Amino acid sequence: MRPDGATFWRLLSARAATFAFVALLALSAFSALLLAAGKNPWQAYVDTLVYVFGNAYGFSELLVRMTPLLFTAVAAALPARIGLINVGGEGQLYMGAWLATAGELALQNHSALVLLPALTVLGFVGGGLWALLPAILRALHLVNETISTLLLNYVAPLIVSYFIFGPWRSPESSSYPESPAFVDAARLPTLFHSQVHAGLLYALACLLLYWLTLNRTRFGLEMRAIGGNAEAARRLGIPVVRYMLVVMFVAGGVAGLAGMAEVSAIQGRLVAELSPGYGYVGFLVAWLAGTGAGGILAMSFLFAVLSSVGDMLQITQSLPYAVINILMAGILFIVLGRRTMGGAAR
Amino acid sequence: MMSALLLGVLASSIMSGTSLLFATIGEIVGERAGIVNLGLEGIMLVGAATGFAATALTGNAYLGVGAAALAGTAVNLIFAYLVVTRRANQLATGLTLMFFGLGLSALVGHPFVGTLIAGLPKFRLFGLGRMGDPLFSYDFLVYLAVPTAVAVWWLLFRTAWGLGVRAVGESPVAAVAAGLSPGRLRYQALALAGLLGGIAGAHLSLALTLTWAEGMTAGRGFIAIALVIFAKWNPLWAIAGALLFGGAESLQLQLQAAGADVSPFIMNMIPYLLTMLVLIFWGWSRQTAAPAALGRNFVGVE
Repeated sequence: MRPDGATFWRLLSARAATFAFVALLALSAFSALLLAAGKNPWQAYVDTLVYVFGNAYGFSELLVRMTPLLFTAVAAALPARIGLINVGGEGQLYMGAWLATAGELALQNHSALVLLPALTVLGFVGGGLWALLPAILRALHLVNETISTLLLNYVAPLIVSYFIFGPWRSPESSSYPESPAFVDAARLPTLFHSQVHAGLLYALACLLLYWLTLNRTRFGLEMRAIGGNAEAARRLGIPVVRYMLVVMFVAGGVAGLAGMAEVSAIQGRLVAELSPGYGYVGFLVAWLAGTGAGGILAMSFLFAVLSSVGDMLQITQSLPYAVINILMAGILFIVLGRRTMGGAAR
Repeated sequence: MMSALLLGVLASSIMSGTSLLFATIGEIVGERAGIVNLGLEGIMLVGAATGFAATALTGNAYLGVGAAALAGTAVNLIFAYLVVTRRANQLATGLTLMFFGLGLSALVGHPFVGTLIAGLPKFRLFGLGRMGDPLFSYDFLVYLAVPTAVAVWWLLFRTAWGLGVRAVGESPVAAVAAGLSPGRLRYQALALAGLLGGIAGAHLSLALTLTWAEGMTAGRGFIAIALVIFAKWNPLWAIAGALLFGGAESLQLQLQAAGADVSPFIMNMIPYLLTMLVLIFWGWSRQTAAPAALGRNFVGVE
């Protein structure tokens, strides 16, 4: 039964209030920890809010930061719907960026009309193939996909480093190697004269397609059937193995698009330090959101704000950026511990 | 020349295998009690940072190892509270623990980036004294690694406590019927796992690298989790696994030191790819001996 409008909003605001409480609890614990370390977290929070919401530039930076999180959250949420755990968003992002760069190097004499669609497809395929390997190993009952996607996260950045320190090294780059700069036709356009780039539109389209597929198509229905009980779904004649392979390929592809957008729109070349853990944060976002599309949007935004706090701590309090992981993990700890209370444990 | 290379590989595989062995034994204890802890990487990072900080502050590396063991235990008890008491999802909580460890270790370690320490003192064992090669002198954790594996094997397979832990890992319901307390046993197992994980991290920063760097475990926690499957959940088999993977890591280091003309990035992939290959082979031969209730939460007896 579909709740009517008033009930929907009441439920939503109740959930938002609960979550706000959880976030405040985690924030207090995190602040106490930083105070104990002799830092001033309060100043960093105020600085972040003023910077991010105080002017259009700061806000556009926030949207830029949110973009890869949207991609990688969908990449974790989609397989979760059929009971697969994809923690490989980080590696898939790197491989998407890698194959998109290979495409740019091969096709750079073509126009943007050829280059941009080609790079998009290649980014998708690069990430998708990187996710397909764990999916095949899982389908053959050889290796659990959680551990294989995690291990491959450590391999993908090494492949990228091998290429930019070796075959793709730009002659202009000095001590800090990178690939040659992309031609202008291979750069994703930016929107509204800001830093926000077309990758955000890709990401929102992915999220919309994710929602439509799950809620409005037969595929979504069958996926939910597999997620509910894979054995029962198999007996109903749903091709479970085919779903595993396709879903993981698509999920990896979406994470690959994050990498493609990163090299094509932001960096304009392939670099070694492509991602400060977007793939992992996306996984946390998907888990927090309970794999719902609206939740992914809200949590990606929140985690983009948190990672801005991390930047601010680094700049003004001379703390490592990674410290913000304590706060992100703290929020998830509380949510994980609470969820069982209502009996909704998975 | 060749024999020097071989000796070097052997000595350094013992060095890098030690940390892996402690971590793997710890994870085995937890998994025998039915709990998968994907946060081992985070525990090791916290151990490495705390151990390094305590050593830098006190000048005593033994105190550093103690601090790391305590920190590893404390952090793993957070995990135990969530998965045992709150019955949270083990995989998600473990991965979150990894992030928590990454952040916490960065906070603890950052004042000590670039600090120099003497590290754990090395000494020779009596029998090896006369061989006269510096390659045969190690720190005390190296000498303790194999005895620890044997001791934990004895604890798990020859004591009533170990029987209880394994019963809880196979069937918590049957364990309750036998008058055991699954919750308490799981807490105890995870405390021991955290202690060993913290020591594993400390060996990295206090004996291997002698520096602190953010994220310095570089996936060793996940390799150790794969080694548990390789070792068939048996601490004695873990010795072979840790030596093999320590060997892979040190072969790559020695080849680079010898100036082999292979990209370091390709060689750095070896441990991860070897882990994948071993997992594939193990999956192929169906040699699984996983505890039956592994990964499932115990929700009580109705």
